Amino acid sequence: MIEVKDVSFTYPNGVEALQRVSLTIRNGEFVAIMGQNGAGKTTLIKHFNGLLKPTSGEVLVDGVNTRKVSVATLARNVGFVFQNPDHQLFCETVEDEVAFALRNFGFKERTIKKRVAWAINLLDLTEYRKTSPFMLSGGERKRVALASVLAWNPKVVILDEPTIGQDHKQKERLRQFIVQLIAQRKTVIIVTHDVEFVAECNPHVVLMAQGNIVAEGDAKQMLTNPDLVTQASIVSPQITQIFLGLANLGLPTDLIDIHEAREALLNFLEVTS
Amino acid sequence: MYPGGTKRALEDVSITIEKGEFVVLTGPSGCGKTTLCRCFNGLVPHFYGGKLEGNVLVTDLTVSEHPVQELARHVGLVFQNPENQLFALFVEKDVAFGLENLGVSRDEIRKRVDWALKMTGIEDLRERTPHELSGGQQQRVAIACVLAMQPDVMVLDEPTSFLDPLGAQKIFEVIGELNKKLGITVLLIEHRLDLASRYCNHVVVMDEGRVVLDGEPREVFNSEKAHLIGVGIPKATRLSQVLEKSGVHLGRIPVTSEEASHVLKEVLRRD
Repeated sequence: MIEVKDVSFTYPNGVEALQRVSLTIRNGEFVAIMGQNGAGKTTLIKHFNGLLKPTSGEVLVDGVNTRKVSVATLARNVGFVFQNPDHQLFCETVEDEVAFALRNFGFKERTIKKRVAWAINLLDLTEYRKTSPFMLSGGERKRVALASVLAWNPKVVILDEPTIGQDHKQKERLRQFIVQLIAQRKTVIIVTHDVEFVAECNPHVVLMAQGNIVAEGDAKQMLTNPDLVTQASIVSPQITQIFLGLANLGLPTDLIDIHEAREALLNFLEVTS
Repeated sequence: MYPGGTKRALEDVSITIEKGEFVVLTGPSGCGKTTLCRCFNGLVPHFYGGKLEGNVLVTDLTVSEHPVQELARHVGLVFQNPENQLFALFVEKDVAFGLENLGVSRDEIRKRVDWALKMTGIEDLRERTPHELSGGQQQRVAIACVLAMQPDVMVLDEPTSFLDPLGAQKIFEVIGELNKKLGITVLLIEHRLDLASRYCNHVVVMDEGRVVLDGEPREVFNSEKAHLIGVGIPKATRLSQVLEKSGVHLGRIPVTSEEASHVLKEVLRRD
């Protein structure tokens, strides 16, 4: 469990990135943090593995105050995949990259081999095992970064903008293994601007603006509320937008999914004909 | 083929982009989109090396015969990762850099920098350091740098991937306006077609180094092939396909949410 208690954070240059934020994320929960550029999303998640310590207030990970333990200790349980894969990749081959943290954690060479093969296969990178990460496309590098974190099997997986540069199929694959991770009782926290992805995944949504949490609730509640959507500088999913345009016919406007949209339209046609 | 590569990044690609078009280039990651864009301003082959067969012509210039600095006057490229593009100590300096290199007069540089900063909504960032900005702010700076050059062709490689949706929409509006008002030809690499599709009039889909679909957005999005390759077809188009399968015919294939609302209204009222 991650407990954020009344946390404020001010960067050395004086920017107040978080203002008295409180949030609880339970084990096995799937949370999407959304909101404007500069709202404090990345600053907030960097508190979850101790990369940043609060200026005031406290963050507890499984009851442990992040001020009291090293990032290395926290990292064993909290895996972090950065927004920009180039901030995290540096090895000469994809295989070495994925093995790096495992070696640092002191796993046995045999276990490392197995975990690396597993993670590389999971992210569909087997053909690039011996390739330099820097020869790969942006989307592929992103997957290497993800593989290198999943390899050590952390309890909490934090993904900062995981869908950037990913095509539709890769996003669907990402969605599927987030579902898998949740099924294994892992906690998954994503920061994302991708409303269509959120509409398909249906996580618990936390909306942020200007260093504050504006609202939290299920994806449908959050994404179909025009006021909240504007406040968080996002846009509603396209399905919601279509139905907002049909509001005066008496159709529901709180739809985010294509299948529920189809049902609603077919029902409406049946009733009126 | 890139140096040291074993597979061709592009294979038998032929496309024609007319002056003034707004083209969206999409396809699975690693399919050759970025490589193709690097051909348009000569980064392929001049910078990356490798072997380029066939010809790329940009405003009558054969790319392999003209240096990048000459092509840069005609083609502005906004990189996928803004950090690869920004290097100056101040935003304003970065935006002015290309113009200084072209020997544009001081007054003109000042005018164009002001204009580019205004168009991208980052006037207040002009004295900030690019590397201290957020990913989204950096993307705006990168776009402003290219905009200031007022090129004939703008090539943008997922230029809004770090921006919040409202910010992304604003940038697409700016690009759309530049295309309409100044007649700048736009080539946009994008996966998020829900956001981008309303501005384009030509869609190219690539897969494994080849161009597999090339045409009008409505046709391309509605084709079976686009669905099979895994292109993220706009939800408006998907909804019409799903309804079609249930026996509800919309008459016209929508690409944007407004179009979808409009055609749905007609169908719902008709019944």
